[in-house]
Amino acid sequence: MTKERKMNIREDMSWREMPQGGHIIDAGNAEDFKTGDWRSMRPVWLPDKCKQCLLCWPVCPDMAIPVENGKRKDFDFDHCKGCGICVEVCPFKAIDFVEEGK
Amino acid sequence: MAIKDKLSGNEAIAVAMRQIDPDVVAAFPITPSTEVPQYFSQFVANGQVHTEFVAVESEHSAMSACIGAEAAGARTMTATSSQGLALMWEMLYIAASLRLPIVMSVINRALSGPINIHNDHSDSMGARDSGWIQLYCENNQEAYDNLIQAIRIAEHKDVQLPVMVCYDGFITSHAVENIELIEDEKVKAFIGEYRPQHYLLDRDNPISMGPLDMPAYYFEHKRAQAEAMKNAKRVILEVAQEFEKLTGRKYGYFEEYKMEDAEVGIVIMNSTAGTAKFVVNELRKQGIKAGLIKLRVFRPFPFEELGKALSHLKAVAIMDKADSFSGAGGPLFTEVRSAMFDYAKDTKAVSYIYGLGGRDVRPDEIMSVYQDLLEIARTGQVKSTFNYLGVRE
Ligand code: SF4
Ligand code: SF4
Repeated sequence: MTKERKMNIREDMSWREMPQGGHIIDAGNAEDFKTGDWRSMRPVWLPDKCKQCLLCWPVCPDMAIPVENGKRKDFDFDHCKGCGICVEVCPFKAIDFVEEGK
Repeated sequence: MAIKDKLSGNEAIAVAMRQIDPDVVAAFPITPSTEVPQYFSQFVANGQVHTEFVAVESEHSAMSACIGAEAAGARTMTATSSQGLALMWEMLYIAASLRLPIVMSVINRALSGPINIHNDHSDSMGARDSGWIQLYCENNQEAYDNLIQAIRIAEHKDVQLPVMVCYDGFITSHAVENIELIEDEKVKAFIGEYRPQHYLLDRDNPISMGPLDMPAYYFEHKRAQAEAMKNAKRVILEVAQEFEKLTGRKYGYFEEYKMEDAEVGIVIMNSTAGTAKFVVNELRKQGIKAGLIKLRVFRPFPFEELGKALSHLKAVAIMDKADSFSGAGGPLFTEVRSAMFDYAKDTKAVSYIYGLGGRDVRPDEIMSVYQDLLEIARTGQVKSTFNYLGVRE
């Protein structure tokens, strides 16, 4: 998943190796970090109801709805925060919204 | 040839800023620091500097603007005092942790309350754990010299930390003294061009600053910040050596005054060191082996060097112009005594808090401290460890 980076930040790195001040010196390195682990609600995609209208895709603030060849796929739960915006937007009730862990 | 002049502390700082010609100055007026941005804004209006002067609506905004400017890649300076520094509080920590080498003059004034505009060190002492380097100055010459050195220290690649240059409100800031200035072009050559490694306006290398830092990384970033402060110890001496070559004026972590054979001594900061040196001279005339240490660098703290410098004394008084309300002495006392535990175990140490809210400190009062120390040296007994000097009991 990791692209070409000036620096690959990993959890086993020493403080000596990291950019000072916590600066992000690679644009778009958010995909290297799993930031979805504190989600309390979870969107559930229902492919049977989905019409692939793609109205959900542009509203996700975390780019957690991957699209390939013009079709959405299942959520990227490493980055989805469970905000529920996609749930509200979907005109076909093709996204369920459930408590995480249930 | 150096330029001889007569300037107040605030004028000297403004002149140094003109010579440094920073890219951005963002400041808000507060007594007794007001004159610094006031004089400097005249240089801006006259076209003597190329600086973008940002007149903000509060000190919180002043420091925020400085952070934004420095992050963008601009050499940035400001000045404040007392409540102004207190209002900057949260931004001070952010400037240091983002590793932004902002240089700020802190014209020391008592913190409210009760409200008081006169000198003590409660403002900068309160910011001692904010991650800023702190240099303290006895007089106008030192304020001028330290400000110029501060640029080099702050911007050094192994440091990259903000610096406060602290001097006493009114006593130093408003009193006119003889001063030796460095020629403009020599200052320019000494400080050099500012070339940050990472900055926001570098469009070929886009970066983000100040993102959320989760438990997996925050500690490492703080550890790196702590290392930068350790590195500053070395860099401060390197810059001082270069500065001495330029001016002949010598700087270290602290000044030792008649300490070689001293048996009793005091540790003190800023302008009262001048009064205390007069007292040391009087005592020396009577054959009493008195000495003095004037601390210049409080952050980073010269733990080992200061501890060792006190090891041959029989008794030392550590004098704080700020109380930390711990019930156990001021901040300087606590740290110096901690160093002495490792390096000067046999020297008796006592704390004196003095001069709060601009209370005058007279030579006879400093003399009484030395008399107390001589008594301790003679008897080996400390009657009172925590003392207040010059207050009506
Ligand atoms: S908005 Fe609903 S129907 Fe449209 S693509 Fe998304 S999930 Fe499918
Ligand atoms: S719940 Fe929010 S974060 Fe998760 S996919 Fe939907 S819009 Fe994106």
